[in-house]
Amino acid sequence: MENLSAKELRDKIVAGQASSLDATKAVFERIRKFEPTIGAYISTFEEMALEVAADVDRRVAAGEPVGQLAGVPIAIKDNMCTTFGATTCASKILENFHAPYNATAVEKLLAADAVIIGKANLDEFAMGSSTENSGLKQTVNPWDTSRVPGGSSGGPAAAVSGRLCFAALGSDTGGSIRQPASFCGVVGLKPTYGRVSRYGLVAYGSSLDQIGPITQNVADTALMMNVIAGHDPADSTSIDETTAPVRDYLEKLDEPIEKLRIAIVPEFAAGADEQVQKALSEAIDLYMKLGAEITEIDMPHLDYAIAAYYIIATAEASSNLARYDGVHYGHRTENPADYVEVYSKSRAEAFGEEVKRRIMLGTYALSSGYYDAYYLKALKVRNLIRGNFTDAFEKCDCIMMPVAPTTAFKIGEKVDDPLQMYLSDIYTIAVNLAGVPGISIPCGFDEKNLPIGLQILAPTFAEDKLLRIARMFEKETGWHKKKPLLENE
Amino acid sequence: MSELQYKVIVGLEIHVQLCTKSKMFCGCALEFGAEPNSRVCPVCLGMPGVLPVMNKKAYEYAVLTALALDCRIPMFTKWDRKSYYYPDLPKNYQISQYDLPLGADGFVEIPLESGGIKKIGIIRAHLEEDAGKNLHTASNYSQVDLNRTGTPLLEIVTEPDMNSGAEVRALAVELQRMVRFLGVSEADMQKGHMRFEPNINLAITKDGKEYRTPIVEIKNLNSFRALERSVSYEEQRQLDKFLDTGIVIEMGNKTTRGWDDEREATVLQREKEEAHDYRYFPEPDLVPVELTEEWLDDIRSRLCELPLKRQVRYVHEYQLSDYDAGVLTADRSISEFFEEAVKAGAEPKRICNLLTQTGLKIAKEKNCGINDMGIKPESLARLAEMIEAGQISASSSVPVFEAMVQTGKEPDVLAQELNLIQKSDAGELERIVDKVLAENPQAIEDVTSGGKKSKKAKGFLLGQVMQETKGQANPKVASEILAKKLG
Repeated sequence: MENLSAKELRDKIVAGQASSLDATKAVFERIRKFEPTIGAYISTFEEMALEVAADVDRRVAAGEPVGQLAGVPIAIKDNMCTTFGATTCASKILENFHAPYNATAVEKLLAADAVIIGKANLDEFAMGSSTENSGLKQTVNPWDTSRVPGGSSGGPAAAVSGRLCFAALGSDTGGSIRQPASFCGVVGLKPTYGRVSRYGLVAYGSSLDQIGPITQNVADTALMMNVIAGHDPADSTSIDETTAPVRDYLEKLDEPIEKLRIAIVPEFAAGADEQVQKALSEAIDLYMKLGAEITEIDMPHLDYAIAAYYIIATAEASSNLARYDGVHYGHRTENPADYVEVYSKSRAEAFGEEVKRRIMLGTYALSSGYYDAYYLKALKVRNLIRGNFTDAFEKCDCIMMPVAPTTAFKIGEKVDDPLQMYLSDIYTIAVNLAGVPGISIPCGFDEKNLPIGLQILAPTFAEDKLLRIARMFEKETGWHKKKPLLENE
Repeated sequence: MSELQYKVIVGLEIHVQLCTKSKMFCGCALEFGAEPNSRVCPVCLGMPGVLPVMNKKAYEYAVLTALALDCRIPMFTKWDRKSYYYPDLPKNYQISQYDLPLGADGFVEIPLESGGIKKIGIIRAHLEEDAGKNLHTASNYSQVDLNRTGTPLLEIVTEPDMNSGAEVRALAVELQRMVRFLGVSEADMQKGHMRFEPNINLAITKDGKEYRTPIVEIKNLNSFRALERSVSYEEQRQLDKFLDTGIVIEMGNKTTRGWDDEREATVLQREKEEAHDYRYFPEPDLVPVELTEEWLDDIRSRLCELPLKRQVRYVHEYQLSDYDAGVLTADRSISEFFEEAVKAGAEPKRICNLLTQTGLKIAKEKNCGINDMGIKPESLARLAEMIEAGQISASSSVPVFEAMVQTGKEPDVLAQELNLIQKSDAGELERIVDKVLAENPQAIEDVTSGGKKSKKAKGFLLGQVMQETKGQANPKVASEILAKKLG
C-alpha cells in the first residue's frame, strides 16, 4: 500500500479498491518505525487523521461524492497555519502557538478530503538550505542519515522520500521546495508567484514565498496543483483567474510537447559538481532523443541573484518577523524590566542564530542612508533578472539547469559557514526573484548513491506545460521510482 | 529700546478617521466603545501568515477628500511599511503611504475672523491604518485594546501657512465640515475621529535681524479648543524663551510637547527629536493602486459644492446672515434640505428660521438628522408660505412643525386641526374689537390720556382681542383696526 503514489492511492480509494483508513494506518506504522531516525515531523495528528480517513471510506462506500485528494495522507510544512496542532515554524518563539485559522492551501486540502497527518520540520521560519536551522529538531536525509535533507522544506521532502506520507506541501522562497526535493530524490514544484494563495503561510520573504507540492512523481504534483492553485480574495498578490486561468494539470499531462525548445546556460551550470553536470547533460541528451531542440543562452545577471536575494528576502523578513515580540503571542521573557525588554529579551531568547542574522541584515539594508545602496539596488537587479528570463523565454519553452551545485551534504558540514550555505541556492534563487515556476525532478544518482535533481523552468503561469515537459522525462526514466532503503526495512 | 516684531508659524498634521463600515485591511467592523478586543480578527491582530486586503471604499473616500482639497491625484500609488515597535501595533509596522501619497499639492480655504478668506496649502494626503490603544489601568502591567487597530485614517499635512491659534482652529473646523459634507467621516471629536498635531515656531524680527525659534510639535490634540489654546500658549512660551535664551532653530532641536488640559499648558515630552528610522519600504503583500480615468471620474462625481463656498453663496444669494449660512452649511443634509425647500418656492430667510430655530431642535430631541424627521422639504416650504401669507403666526408654526414630524400630515391640515389659522377677516375682527372696547372703558381712557399708560393700555387691548379669538387673530390686522378705532 505504501508503495502507491498519491494519485494511485486516491484512484483506488475512490474505486473502492483500497481503504483510506488502511493507508493512513500504514503511514503511521512507518512513522512509528522510521520517524525516530528521520525526524521529519514536528507534530502528527493520528487520531484526527484516522477519523478523517474513516469518514472518507464511509462516504465512498455510501456513494457520496469525495474530493480530489480523497483519503490521501498528506504532510504540510509547519509554516502553514492550522487550527489543529501548533504552528511553530520550527521556532522556539512560536513553539506553543496555535493559529486561530487555517491557511487557504490547508483549507483547500481539507476541502479535497485529504487526510492531513502531520506538520513537517523546516529551517526556522524557512531560513536555510539544510533544515539544520530548525529550532526544534533535526531531520536527516533518508538516502543517507548522516546527511541533510536539504531545506528549508527538509521535513516534507524527507517525509515523502521516506514514505512517511504520500505527498506534502512545502514552501519555496529561494529554493526551499526544489533543493530538498533534489536532495531527497522526489519531485518538487515552486509554482508561479501568485498561483497559490499565501494566506496563512507564515511570511519569510513576502515577495518571494510560494507554496508548492513535494511528491513522489509528476502526476502527484499535478494532482496537488489541481487542488491548491487559484485566486484567493484573501491574498491580494494571488492572480485572478481571468488573467491566468487555472488548468486541469492532469488532463494533458502525458502528452509530450511537440518541437520542445530547451535552453541551457552552460556558463552558469559549469559551477556545479562534475557528477551533477553529468546527470544534467545526460538528461538533456534524453530530451534530444525525444526530439527536443537545445539552445545555449546567456543569462548574465544570474550572477547577482544571490546578492539581490539576500537583501530583498532579509529586508522583508526583518519586517515580517517584527511581530514576534512577546507581547501578543508566542514566547515572552520572564520578568522583563520594561516593555522594551519584553521585545529585546523575548526575541534574543527564542530566535535562532540564522534568523537573527537575517533580521539584522535586513534591518541594516532598510536603514536610512543605506536603502538606496542596498534595497533599491537589489530591486533593480531583480528587474534585470526578470528581464533575463523574459528574453530567454522568447527563444525557448523552458530552461534546464541543476537544482543545486552538489548532492546532499553532511550534517554540520556548512553550518559554520553561512556564505557557503547561501551558495547552495545559486540555481534556485533567481527563479523566485523572477517569479517564474520551477520544478525539480529526479535525474540520477551520484557515486555515493545520492539523488540528483534536474531543474526545469518555464514562463509565468505555464505550470501545465512545465509539468508535461517534466513528465516526458519521467516516463522514459525510472529515477523517481527508486526509494531509499531505510534501516531495518 | 529694541524693536521687536514676531509672527507665529503653524503647519498642521490632521488624522481623519474615515467612516467605512469595515477596517482598512480586513472585514472587522468599525465600532466605537465596543468591549476591548471584540472587533478583531487574525488580520488586524497581526497573526502569523495573515495578509491585508485593501478596503476600496476607504481608498475612494480618501481620494474624494483629496479632490475636495484640490490635490493632484496620481494615477499610480502604492503602500509602504513604516516600522516601529510599540505594544499597540501588533505587526510592529504600520501600513501607510510614504513616497507616493494619494494626493498632493492642494489647498483649503478658511474663513478669517476679519471676514476674509485665506488659502492654506496642503502638502499631501495619504491613507494609513490606525494602531490600537494601550490601557494603563493597573500599576504593574498594561493592557492593549486592538479594536481600533486597522481603522482607516486619512493623514492630511498642511503647509506652515497659518499664523494664529484662531486660524488653526478655523482650518480644523473647516476640515471637519468638509469631511462631513463629503460623507467620508463622522468627524466626531469625542470619539477621536479627528486628531491634530501642530508644528509651531516663531519668526522674530529684532533690531532688524530675523530669527526663527526651534520648532515644537504638539502631539495628539483632539479638540478645537485644545488646538487653538496650545498654539496660542506656544506663541507666548516660545517668545519668552527666545527673549530669555536667544536659542534659535537648528538641526535636531525640534522638540515634542503635549497639551495639559487642566493646566492649560504644553508640557515637554521629548527633548530632542529622536532620530526615528522608520525603515520604510514597499508593502509586498499589497499590489499598487492604479486608478483608471473611469474610476477617478466616478469618485469625482461624488464631489459637491464645499461648505465654505456654499455658505458665502447663501449670504449673497439669499441675503442670509453669515451666522445663519454657517449653521445651514454645517451639515450637508441640512443645507440640501434647505435648498430643496427654497426650490419648492419658500422664502429663504423664512425657511432658514424654521430650520435653524425649530427643525434642528426637533432633530436633536429625536436624535436624528433633518432628513430623517420624516417630512418633505416641500411640506416645510408650504409651512413657510403660510407664515408669509399671514395664515398662521410665526409662533404657531412651532406646534405645526412638531405635529408635522409626529403625524406626517401637511401643514394646512394640521393648522386647521389645531385651530391655528389666523383670523384676518377685517369685518369679523372689527366686531371683536368693538366688543373689547365696549368692555374696557378704563383702557380707552388710558390710551387717550397719552404717555406711558397709553402704550400699556394699547398692549392690553390687543391682548384682549387675541384672547377673545383664542390667539387666532392676525396681530398685524388686529392692531391696525384698534389704532383706527382709537383714533
